[in-house]
Amino acid sequence: MTTNNMVKVYLYTRFERFWHWVQAVLIIMLLLTGLEIHGTYALFGFERAVELHNFFGLSWLTLFVFIVFWLFTTGEWKQYIPTTKKLFDVIHYYCIDIFKGKPHPIRKNPDAKHNPLQRMTYLGLAAALLPTQMIAGLLYYTYNSWSVWRISTYLNLETLATVHLVIAFLLLSFLIIHVYMTTTGHTITAHVAAMWSGWEEIEEGAEIEDWEKARVRS
Amino acid sequence: MKRLRFTGFFCWFFIPMLCIMFFCSSGICAPQEIEEIEELAPGRKMARQATKRRQLWITSDHSKHAILEQEFASGPEVTKACLDCHTEAAMQFHKTIHWTWLDPNAPEGAGIGKGGHSMNNFCININSNEPRCTSCHAGYGWKDNTFDFTDQSKVDCLVCHEQTGTYKKFPAGAGNPVSESKVFKGNGKTYDPPDWNAVAQSVARPTRRNCGTCHFFGGGGDGVKHGDMDSSLMKPNKSLDVHMGMDGQNFDCVRCHSTKLHNISGRIYSTPAVPHRKSLIEDDLIPKIMCESCHSATPHKAGEKPNDHTDKVACQSCHIPHFARVNPTKMWWDWSKAGKKKNGKPYMEKGPSGKPVYHTKKGEFRWAKFVVPEYQWFNGSIHTLTARDMIDPGKIVKVSWPVGDRTDENSRIFPFKVHRGKQPYDKVNKTLLIPHLFGKKGSGAYWGDYDWKKALAGGMKAARLPFSGEYDFVETSYVFPTTHMVARRDDSVKCQECHTRNGRLADLTGFYMPGRDHSELIDTAGWLLVLGSLAGVLIHGFGRAFFASRRKEKNNDNK
Repeated sequence: MTTNNMVKVYLYTRFERFWHWVQAVLIIMLLLTGLEIHGTYALFGFERAVELHNFFGLSWLTLFVFIVFWLFTTGEWKQYIPTTKKLFDVIHYYCIDIFKGKPHPIRKNPDAKHNPLQRMTYLGLAAALLPTQMIAGLLYYTYNSWSVWRISTYLNLETLATVHLVIAFLLLSFLIIHVYMTTTGHTITAHVAAMWSGWEEIEEGAEIEDWEKARVRS
Repeated sequence: MKRLRFTGFFCWFFIPMLCIMFFCSSGICAPQEIEEIEELAPGRKMARQATKRRQLWITSDHSKHAILEQEFASGPEVTKACLDCHTEAAMQFHKTIHWTWLDPNAPEGAGIGKGGHSMNNFCININSNEPRCTSCHAGYGWKDNTFDFTDQSKVDCLVCHEQTGTYKKFPAGAGNPVSESKVFKGNGKTYDPPDWNAVAQSVARPTRRNCGTCHFFGGGGDGVKHGDMDSSLMKPNKSLDVHMGMDGQNFDCVRCHSTKLHNISGRIYSTPAVPHRKSLIEDDLIPKIMCESCHSATPHKAGEKPNDHTDKVACQSCHIPHFARVNPTKMWWDWSKAGKKKNGKPYMEKGPSGKPVYHTKKGEFRWAKFVVPEYQWFNGSIHTLTARDMIDPGKIVKVSWPVGDRTDENSRIFPFKVHRGKQPYDKVNKTLLIPHLFGKKGSGAYWGDYDWKKALAGGMKAARLPFSGEYDFVETSYVFPTTHMVARRDDSVKCQECHTRNGRLADLTGFYMPGRDHSELIDTAGWLLVLGSLAGVLIHGFGRAFFASRRKEKNNDNK
């Protein structure tokens, strides 16, 4: 068995790490308060749960605006361009090769932070699931203005609440898998440490193919 | 460089802002600050302003009127003296429900009201029982259906206006006080003739005691009928009623039940107290009978969620968490159990609350204290059955019910006391029956002869209604809107008492309510997904650990 030398690369910038962790806290708090509002359990008390949920929801919305702005101004949005190339290799890796101790088919690099499976997942989250959840949340929040805005005939609170809840379940499921996936690095905590410090240890000499690159350097 | 600036902006601006917002929104500020902010709840401020400078002046001292110093022998003589100056008073009063006991807004001859054919599930109806029931009539001598409702001298001014507290009508005297001392067997108390001059000279605007003399004792005893009105409101404290509390605003009943030409504001059967909810700012001539009159429709602090509820939830629903908070109120009255005797004699049995739980004359009772109301849609109108209405004895018969539904913009979710019981009905005609209850032995009255058939025949005959002779008992319900005993702000109903799976509003269907409603299917599917994810990653993780340790062993073996 050959062991490659590990080198450290600066993968996650400060703002990226900041929004990742704030978003993590917000999602957890929103799930915690949201499920209480849904009636699953009693923790903060309904009134406090609603207040907190509104606060965290609006905070997230504000943060999300900055995230999207950052993604576009830095060109980092290209990291999320979906691809099917090597997608099945990645799936094959997580289903079979990972148990055999084989290396990951995709190496991390500042120009290609995400493997094809991550790209799909994160794009789906950032472009579809999260905006839908935020719009549903905002509409829920403004329920009492529906009649003034003349939209009450097109909307139904029960349907809206159901959409909001279904996405919440999907996010909770994502959270569980996402947290688990952080343990699949070369050590259990390697990925978490990288997301905290910004520096990820990768194997030396990993080749990045052109199609993977987010930034085209001049 | 650029990146650093952007990040710097976030670290130094966004995070502190987030923290400030969090602390402010979650109320982790100094308690003093909170107190100051909450004082500003606009509805409270407005109501305080409206009631702050109350000055009533009177230009007449009734103890100096010569006409009230003459010798009086009866109520009507006093009334004639009153009318000598207050020439229009009796004519005004004759038009009000306090005199007619009929809904003035109902069509002529409809008989809506306790003076007509309207029913309840207490003593059921006054026909044939007048002398007992009309001890609460603001008049003298309504002893049967020959009473002359046009006689001005029969108006009882004193019961509402005298302030000595000594004026008592005899409980079975058709509204008359006694002319010589007499014991009432029903309660064992001695009733003395009033000191007519003293009571006549004491008159003033009605106080809580004047109204309470009848309204706190409706149904023949303290707290029998209303759950939110009983003798505890004679001298209440603020925690029993924030408006009437003697340690607070000390309101009399007429402070809110504002009165015009002897018409006291309030709901009358199916006629709501007011046609529209308005505040005094919108119309300063409206009666002050609604909460909105003084507190406005959005009384809470701007941006507070309760303001979003006022279009569908009545103030009372949250601000009266329980009724009968001091004295017990009657919740159940089963007439079918009446008539049992001990050693051939009628008897009465008291329960743990000190209130009767059995009475040979009346049947079985249940009482309750600190009762959580039942909630129903209500637009201010209550429909009450008459003895002429057909009923379905196969179901629990609603003798009265609140009118309203969710789509009606005047309707709100409103708290009610629901009094249940069993009462007689006609098996052939399918109507509720009026029993002749009050009367001596041999009169055919139930309380004299304990014979239902005779009593029902007598009652229906007096009401000029048919009776087939076939009767049975049916379970019934009767509603009282809960609007008094408004609790202190801190005691109001908490959000999670309704926004929960089986809360106060569990029975109100037809609309989605967060915390209460959920789809079993979505919830199950959602949790299966979550548990599936958890199981998946656990299996995957164990698999990795297992194969890793096997590889390690293999490597060791190879070495």
